[in-house]
Amino acid sequence: MKTEYDVVVIGGGPAGMGSACGVKEKDSTLSVLILERDSTLGGILNQCIHNGFGLHYFGEELTGPEYAERFINRVKENAIDVLTNTMVLDIDLENKIITVINKKNGLVRIKSKAIILSMGCRERSRGAINIPGDRPSGVFTAGTAQRYINMEGFMVGKEVVILGSGDIGLIMARRLTLSGAKVLACVEICPYSNGLNRNIVQCLNDFDIPLYLSHTVTKIIGKERVEAVEISEVDKTNKVIEGTQQILKCDTVLLSVGLIPENELSRNAGLKIDPHTNGAYVYENMETLSSGVFACGNALHVHDLVDYVTAESIRAGHSAAEYAIKKGNNTDDSNNSLDYKGTVVSLKATDGVRYTVPQFIRIDNIGALNDKVDVFFRVGQPHKMCEIQVKTKNSVITSFKRLQTVPGEMEKISLSKKLLLDSETDEILIGIKDLD
Amino acid sequence: MTNLICIVCPRGCHLTVDEKNGYKVTGNGCPRGEAYGKNELINPLRTVTATVKIELSGSVKYCPVKTSAPIPKKMVMDSVNLLKNVKLKKPVKLGDTVLENIFDTGVNYIATKTMEA
Repeated sequence: MKTEYDVVVIGGGPAGMGSACGVKEKDSTLSVLILERDSTLGGILNQCIHNGFGLHYFGEELTGPEYAERFINRVKENAIDVLTNTMVLDIDLENKIITVINKKNGLVRIKSKAIILSMGCRERSRGAINIPGDRPSGVFTAGTAQRYINMEGFMVGKEVVILGSGDIGLIMARRLTLSGAKVLACVEICPYSNGLNRNIVQCLNDFDIPLYLSHTVTKIIGKERVEAVEISEVDKTNKVIEGTQQILKCDTVLLSVGLIPENELSRNAGLKIDPHTNGAYVYENMETLSSGVFACGNALHVHDLVDYVTAESIRAGHSAAEYAIKKGNNTDDSNNSLDYKGTVVSLKATDGVRYTVPQFIRIDNIGALNDKVDVFFRVGQPHKMCEIQVKTKNSVITSFKRLQTVPGEMEKISLSKKLLLDSETDEILIGIKDLD
Repeated sequence: MTNLICIVCPRGCHLTVDEKNGYKVTGNGCPRGEAYGKNELINPLRTVTATVKIELSGSVKYCPVKTSAPIPKKMVMDSVNLLKNVKLKKPVKLGDTVLENIFDTGVNYIATKTMEA
């Protein structure tokens, strides 16, 4: 097997396929390999059989498998190498050597000029949120239940309570109902839903499933199998209000309580991880703090829409291609001649903004004065009539009005090179200000 | 007047539909939202997605399917139940019809994934 590539992509979901295609789009002569631990490409899209994907990128409404298949076909057309059923064990960031293992080839070291990290994310589980009570069977993360029902053909239960109103939880409420289960309630600790409004309408309201806001599961009851859950109302500080407990008899609990970028490999490799996103710190071109290593998709920060993952991944692919080309032309084996020596602006989240991606902008890498860098972030709380303020320590340099922002929806602003240069600063703050 | 949240795209616009004024829609961000608002009060439609059994080289798998067009909301549940009796025996290509003419709507269930042996 081939063990030297221009670009190696870790993970064959939407981000991995998008970035691999991005590399080829920049320069079709570059050699690209996708490493995937599952038996097929497509990642989580394979189990997301519902529709609503692709409106931004393809301009039409597709299901997850359809969206995946379009990219799987592109991967084939672009002669991108793929190793499935292959697990990455270790990444040497400095020398760009990836150690992988699979049944056919055994343990193999693959050398690359550039690496793209696109491992996706994991679901937070019962352990992450410490639900008290018994430990019977019948407690699933929503995504696990989704895989069982949609791909493996197993039904997970008959009477279900869903904790958390993230989109996967809402989608599963509908899927379970259509599959013959009774969904008793969707319980959300926040006073607002964390899923898209359209999913509240078409997944809960369409089937008369009640949504309990400011409520949480305070106990799981059952010896062998879940028999009931106790739910309680919480106050503004998320503390349980005594006397509000009620028991819901059910046999299954689904958890839709958040996603965490999957960065075990990156962490072990020594890559610097942003504690706010749980993904790598990145520059404007999706390059991490380790040169020649790029990150994109849900491994970088959790996205609402696969369309945004695709856009981000294609950019990461372009950047990785540029790096591989420079590296190829560079006879000096060290990274020195590739190192950036201009001004770096760091972006800091403040006043109601939880994080920003990218966290750093290398101004000289932005082309023309009018060229822009897109900055993505999430707010911590819902806001109505507010403005996103871009500030230096002393003044607001620009602002963007919003009729509303919610934590469940990623925000985007664009900053021009001119604006960044004119601000003459190396630190820019991004915050939310409520307008009366 | 009825307030609705548009489900056409992830933006989720807040629509107001005036039944007494020819179902005039306000609050929509695009023409698709206008059509949705009107339709939702006259004849609500939904695209349905589900899975069907498929037996390929001796092993049973599940093939994702969707309705080729939205169907009346009241038929959603029954249309999914129709699929329980379907078992595909041959490889399918994305877009192949899996079940024809759901309750005489002229809408078919189609495969949303290419599944070969």
